[in-house]
Amino acid sequence: MKFRAHVLVSLKEGVLDTQGKAVRVSLKNMGYGSVEEVRIGKSIMISLEATSRPEAEKQVEAMCDDLLVNPLIETRSVTLEAI
Amino acid sequence: MKAAVVIFPGSNCDRDVIHALEAVSCIPTQAVWHKETSLPQDTGLVVLPGGFSYGDYLRCGAMAARSPIVPAVREHASRGGLVLGICNGFQVLTETGLLPGALLANISLEFICSNCLLKVERTDTPFTSAFKKGQIVQFPIAHHEGLFFLPENELEELEANGQVVFRYASADGSAGQQYSPNGALNGIAGIVNKGGNVLGLMPHPERASERILGSSDGLGIWNSIKEWLEGRSK
Amino acid sequence: MDHRKAGLLDSEYEIICRELGREPNEAELRIFGVMWSEHCSYKSSKPLLGLFPKEGPAVLKGVGENAGVVDAGDGWGLAFKVESHNHPSAVEPYQGAATGVGGIIRDILAMGARPMASLDGLFFGNPDSRKTIFLSNGIVKGVGGYGNCVGVPTVGGKTFYDARYEDNPLLNAFCMGLVNAESIVSSQTAEPGNLVVLLGSKTGRDGIGGAAFASVELGEDTKASRPQVQIGDPFVEKLLIEACLEALENCLVTSMQDMGAAGITSSASEIAAKSGVGMILDLDKVPLREADMSAWEIALSESQERMLLIVLPEKLELVLSLGEKWDLDCAVIGKTVEGDRFILEKGGSVAVDLPASLIGGGCPEIRWPAITPANLANRQTFELENEILPSDLAESLLKLIGSPSLREKTWITRQYDSMVQVNTIQGPGAPLSLVRIKENGNIAAITMEALPWACQLDPFRGGYETMARSLRPLWVAGARHLGMTNCLNFPSPENPEQFWEFSEAVKGLAECCVDLGCPVVSGNVSLYNESAGLSILPTPLVCSVGLISSGESPLLPGNWKEGDILYLVGMDNAAIPASHFQVTCMGMLKGLPVPPSPEMERDFKERAILTAGKNVADSAIPILGGGLGIALCKEAISSGLGAEIQLGTPTLPAVSLFGEGGARALYAVPSVKAFEFLRIWKGFPVRQVGNVRGESLRLPGSTPLPIETLLKAWRGV
Repeated sequence: MKFRAHVLVSLKEGVLDTQGKAVRVSLKNMGYGSVEEVRIGKSIMISLEATSRPEAEKQVEAMCDDLLVNPLIETRSVTLEAI
Repeated sequence: MKAAVVIFPGSNCDRDVIHALEAVSCIPTQAVWHKETSLPQDTGLVVLPGGFSYGDYLRCGAMAARSPIVPAVREHASRGGLVLGICNGFQVLTETGLLPGALLANISLEFICSNCLLKVERTDTPFTSAFKKGQIVQFPIAHHEGLFFLPENELEELEANGQVVFRYASADGSAGQQYSPNGALNGIAGIVNKGGNVLGLMPHPERASERILGSSDGLGIWNSIKEWLEGRSK
Repeated sequence: MDHRKAGLLDSEYEIICRELGREPNEAELRIFGVMWSEHCSYKSSKPLLGLFPKEGPAVLKGVGENAGVVDAGDGWGLAFKVESHNHPSAVEPYQGAATGVGGIIRDILAMGARPMASLDGLFFGNPDSRKTIFLSNGIVKGVGGYGNCVGVPTVGGKTFYDARYEDNPLLNAFCMGLVNAESIVSSQTAEPGNLVVLLGSKTGRDGIGGAAFASVELGEDTKASRPQVQIGDPFVEKLLIEACLEALENCLVTSMQDMGAAGITSSASEIAAKSGVGMILDLDKVPLREADMSAWEIALSESQERMLLIVLPEKLELVLSLGEKWDLDCAVIGKTVEGDRFILEKGGSVAVDLPASLIGGGCPEIRWPAITPANLANRQTFELENEILPSDLAESLLKLIGSPSLREKTWITRQYDSMVQVNTIQGPGAPLSLVRIKENGNIAAITMEALPWACQLDPFRGGYETMARSLRPLWVAGARHLGMTNCLNFPSPENPEQFWEFSEAVKGLAECCVDLGCPVVSGNVSLYNESAGLSILPTPLVCSVGLISSGESPLLPGNWKEGDILYLVGMDNAAIPASHFQVTCMGMLKGLPVPPSPEMERDFKERAILTAGKNVADSAIPILGGGLGIALCKEAISSGLGAEIQLGTPTLPAVSLFGEGGARALYAVPSVKAFEFLRIWKGFPVRQVGNVRGESLRLPGSTPLPIETLLKAWRGV
């Protein structure tokens, strides 16, 4: 089976998000006074082959632990769809 | 004992470090391709040089930290061998877990290339024995991700352990966060592991190792290492 | 497909049909459209470029290769070239600038040289407009983002602002590399029976027709042409550099060509034509990013970070394993054969079959008519006596040093890694850049110069002065020039008045090169820099390279010592027209710049080099933009010392302080060495203009200017 995983990586609460801060300031300056916080992360799309959905999930979680996410500063959320 | 300089795809200060070690400081040096799985015989020092390993894609140093050579570097460090990570090499060391912390984007969100003053906080490490404690030295920085970060409690622990070796400073000798060109917490420019044999720093000592280049303060690092290596060889 | 849609003139199409004896097919037509565009063929400028002197004792490889190479001593050569990437930078500033840097680096690599230093020439519009802020931020980040990652230091450059660059910013990228003189790579050394290998990134649809895009005015519909801009990957470029240098070191390649404009077609047909061989390429072998590309798309794709290698069959295995080592795509895409036929096959059939020599060399030159501009006399009318000059010298000086083109550029230069490779002796912000050559101990000196205002008033004089001004900083530092490269940025040549300006500027450059014995070793032409009726100023940009021998120390600025005597050498007849003072403080651009004076230049050169060699001055700075006043300011700021200035001549103080042009320099000489200094300059105009003293710059009849005040004005805070 083929799957597509979408990994959303964002900085952990408490870690200074310099980009997010800069964008928040810009948005405010542009008149978007309602903006309270901006966090910037990255989105990773992975197409993969797996025998089952749990197997695919297991693979993607392992990839996150091994390379994609630095747990000291980042958190992640994974969504998986069969394609 | 000799030095081994690891070359990752995208490293660009490897030749500079080899020049500083070999031509300037007369330390026998060998380049090691990242796809190797062992270090050369008689390696006393491993240098992870600066650059943009894997284009700085994903996270700086993340992919280099998963290179085939890294287990050998880890093993070398666990046996007490010296490991020096400069700039991108420091980022790689934090990604391998050999050093704590992470290097985030500069607070200005811009690449910064400039000369920096640093305070030498410790002289009892194999990398800094040739300096005087509290000495102010000038090394250049050139990076986009140099903001040293650790969660507050771990940062306190790092400080309590005296693991901070270089701190951004002013000419009059005061040092701290207000002198960080990149926003680094507590003005941290370089740290060691608890054993004191693994050093990571954002500034480039190899760019400050000849008077013709504007500063030779970096020689202190190479001279310290040389003394340590020669001591081990005996 | 209509040939005019491919960008070909009727007359060009007739030549193609006549030479082929048939009508070209669509793929062939598209190839001619790109290869015969101005950007690739230089058809409008070729007759003029013939004026440049190309020979010289230091020239190892001249015009006709990817870059020129000059002798750096002890068997080493310096390969260098400057190239424009104006149109792409105007449309997509970050990627346009980044790929401009990448392209010039590959030009240097193609000579077999390790790229060792870059400079960037930036020309922007109104500094406060949103558009300029957007473009300049993007371009600067693009230059830095690429150069920093590949590990080639950006050691200097030039930044110039004028409203006439508002819609057409210029990015000129210079690169220099070091090559063993015996292993310079040539595009003329392929032989029949060699393999054609593609190394680097996969080929995609990016940048198709980019060369043709660079040869038209930017119009309303340029937004639609966005997909033509290429995306750069400096990481792959770094791998490509190392892989190619390793291949050369192990003698694995016979010839090599970078792939820039017009991609595979241009690089392959150029090697074929220059080497006198034919070539058969199978486009199905090209590693693709998108599967469904047509023959002409593959042939003309400008995907970045690719090199074309010519390899002997017995060396192929080693080349392929090198590709594997560096994680680069590496594929044999064809072979060289006897004859002149350039054949591209796809899907088993012939898609293109053309004479290689016709593709690159067949485009007829165009001799555009040149007419003296109707308003030239008006442009050149300026009577100093009739003008009311600003009277407060100090106020003018502060205004000048804070003006967009003269003020501090740290916001730009600190985004560039100027120190990697540990050779940078003098980085950005000085009249010249100095890079030591580890291999032989010599020091390479590089300048970048352009004087658009002077060229606007009198393109011949402006061109001449630009060239001379690029050489003077070399001499003052103690370097002898080896050669120059240039980038000729102009608007459309189809306008006869603009073509006249182009011609005159080139004549001025060429005459100066002849007069001063400086060979032109490489160059690039960028025309059609105009849009919606707004043309750029005539902007010939020159980069000169010189050498200081091992063991000699360069004489640099920024080293005033308390008590030093300040001497101004050179004539006191500098011109207000085209000066920063005239534009910034008088709000006009009119009159005539200084005329050429070849004898003075040659005399100045020998004395300046002698002064540096005899070590009789603490500090020296050539008088450049902003005149003596700005030279004094910059010396005072970087030395952290003030000076007391007496101008003491009958010339108007404003002319003495702010006039520009001619061979002039400011020296700071310790009094014990004054006698020796004056002996060197005996017979040349030289006079004392003051002493280094205190912490303020004191101009005659003006309030003293503390260093702190100068610094604030310079930094714009």
